This record gives sequence, C-alpha cells and structure tokens, in this order.
Amino acid sequence: MQNTRLVETSVGVFVAAGIAAFFMLGMKVSNFNAFSDVEGYEVSAQFENIGGLKVLSSVSVGGVRIGRVTSIGFDQEDYEAVVTMTIDHKYNRLPTDTSASIFTSGLLGEQYIGFEPGGEEAFLQEGDTIFLTQSAIVLEQVIGQFMFSKASEGAGE
Amino acid sequence: MLFQQLGSCTLAFFQRLGRANIFLWAVLCGVPGLIFRLRLLIHQVFSVGVLSLVIIVVAGLFVGMVLGLQGYYTLVDFGAEDSLGVMVALSLVRELGPVVAALLFAGRAGSALTAEIGLMKATEQLAGMEMMAVDPIKRIIAPRFFAGVLSMPLLAAIFSALGVMGGYLAGVGLLGVDEGAFWSQMRSSVDFNEDIMNGVIKSIVFGVVVTWIAVFEGYDAVPTSEGVSRATTRTVVYASLAVLGLDFILTTLMFGEV
Repeated sequence: MQNTRLVETSVGVFVAAGIAAFFMLGMKVSNFNAFSDVEGYEVSAQFENIGGLKVLSSVSVGGVRIGRVTSIGFDQEDYEAVVTMTIDHKYNRLPTDTSASIFTSGLLGEQYIGFEPGGEEAFLQEGDTIFLTQSAIVLEQVIGQFMFSKASEGAGE
Repeated sequence: MLFQQLGSCTLAFFQRLGRANIFLWAVLCGVPGLIFRLRLLIHQVFSVGVLSLVIIVVAGLFVGMVLGLQGYYTLVDFGAEDSLGVMVALSLVRELGPVVAALLFAGRAGSALTAEIGLMKATEQLAGMEMMAVDPIKRIIAPRFFAGVLSMPLLAAIFSALGVMGGYLAGVGLLGVDEGAFWSQMRSSVDFNEDIMNGVIKSIVFGVVVTWIAVFEGYDAVPTSEGVSRATTRTVVYASLAVLGLDFILTTLMFGEV
C-alpha cells in the first residue's frame, strides 16, 4: 500500500513538473501574453521605403513600446508602402500631427517605428493616418551616396 | 537467386509493416478502455516517465549549458552575445528539446518496454492471459503505449525548460552576458504558437512513434533470450532513426516556408 502511494505521488509530481515546465516556456521564454492579442486602435502611415520592417515589429515613443505593426501593404496610386499599426488603448493621447519614422535598433538590429509627438490639440483615433513620415535609412544607399560624393570631390580637384 | 532473396526480404518487410499497423490499431482501440484501469496507467507512467526523469534533467541542463558556452564564443565575435538567449531558446524549443529527449526516451524507456514485453512473451505470460480470457493488448500493451505518449511531451518540456536554465547559468552566470538582454531578446523572438506549440506537436509525434516501435518489437519478438535481446537492440536503433528522420520532415513542414 505504501508502495502504491509512493508511485502515485511521484507520478503526480512528474505530471505537475511537466506542466510547470510547459508554462515556464510559455510565460518566461516566449512572447505569449505580451501584445499577443493586441487590443487597441489602428492607425496607418505611408512610407517611401520601409527597409526591413516586418509585421509584428514594434512601435515606440521615446523607446517605450506602445504597439505593433499589424500589416504592410503597397499603395499603387502613390507608389508608397502603407503600414498599419495597432496602438494599445492605454496610449490614446497622441496628437494628430505625430510623426512616424523608421529606425534601426543598433547598427544591424531590427527595424522599428518611432513616433515623435507633435503639438496638436486633437488626438489620433481609430482609422487615422499619420502624414508626417520619414523613411528607413537604407545603409547601401547611404554608402553609395557617400562614395559618389567622394568620387566627385576627387574629380573636382 | 539474388532476385529471390531481394523479393523475400521486401515481402517480409511489408508483412512486418502490415502487422505493426494492425497491432497499432488494436492498441488504439484499447486506449479508451483505460479510463477504467487508471491505476494500471499510473503505474506505467511511473516506470516510463518518472524513472526517465533523472537522465532527462541532467541531459537537459548540460545540453543547455554547452549551447550557452558554444553559442557565446560564436556570437561574441560579432558583438551579438545579447542574442544568446534567443539562440539557446530557439534551438532547444524547436529542435533539441523534442529530439534529444526522444532519443534518450528511446534508450531509457523504449528498450525497457521491449525487454519487458518480449520476456513476458518468452515466458508465455501473454499466452496465459489469453487462456484466462484477458486480452493482453488491452491489459499489458495499451497502458504502456498511452503512458509513453503521455510522458514524452512532458519530458520534452522539462528538457527544454531546464536547457534554457542551463544556458542562462552558463551565459549569464559564467560568461557575463547581460541578464536583461538575455531574457528580453528571448521573449521578443520566441513565438508561443509558432515555436513552442510546434515543439510540443513534435514531441507528441515522437512519443507515439517511439512507444509504438518499442511495444511492437516486444510483442513481435522471437520468444527466446536471443530474440528478446535482438528486439531490444532493434527498438533503440529503429526508434532513433525514426526520430531523426521524422524530425527533418516535421521541421520542413513547420518552419519551411519562413
């Protein structure tokens, strides 16, 4: 009888440990819970060039993440990329003249959208569009321009 | 002469495969009845799962630590040692957790299952049960099979979790990677549905395959001492090969289009 109880207890402990490990993987290792089902309002912005921006890239103000990119499309009339973002409901006091730029975290890191709040009285709402945008800096273009200007300097002398 | 041998080998192979499938169907039919035999199932989870814990815990911890050390030396050359957590977690959750846990499971639990069932057959215990109108598949095989299928995902989850802890110990504790970067980069890159659930699906598939091979080899063993020993060897070899092959197929199916 004692033996049976020992077996049953250890099986219980084993199953509990397995489930605990699974939850630890879910909560601590993965992004489960953190913006997994973003509840918020959608705003969109048009960019000339989005570089390496992806769906689920983060949207931040002053380094604090306030939302995520939900979809990326292409506008055939303006020939520009349309980025739709979901912003957390908590952050509903962003002025309508907020500007959006695409930055890179670190030199080779992931790209994200940074907001720069403006000074308008009205706030951004569901379905609004951000007009002031700045495209991603594409490193190859910058280097190309730099080399081109250097070369033309050399030719001028 | 050569062709005759080739033909007989092929036929024997397919006969065995057919037997294995009929056997699996019979076992699956016996699984629902386990609700009335919970005690049997618990005892099998003990011998299949709990007794495999030690090797899984130790292996998980050390595999994680080695991943942390080795990943650090590669990543530090690119100044990217902050992504150590991502590397350790993704390789454990997606690949190493399910695969290494399944290989250890085949060696530790699969061989024991085959030897036990094969010996029961050799000593005519299974035949004795049939004489008493007790279905050995329902009484002996089904609880062992289901216990294996149940234990495998749990063992793989424990393996992965401890591996991440091992990587944390080696990376943050030993080599001085920033703790915040370790966890935060890991959390932002590991997706729950995409990575962790796919790992769980993998481990369930491996659990079914390894236990199926183990119980079938035992049930189908030649009832002599030599036959049982051969069956045990075959279990470990076939189960390991099946795990490695299936892992490649599952990985291309799950993560192929990314």
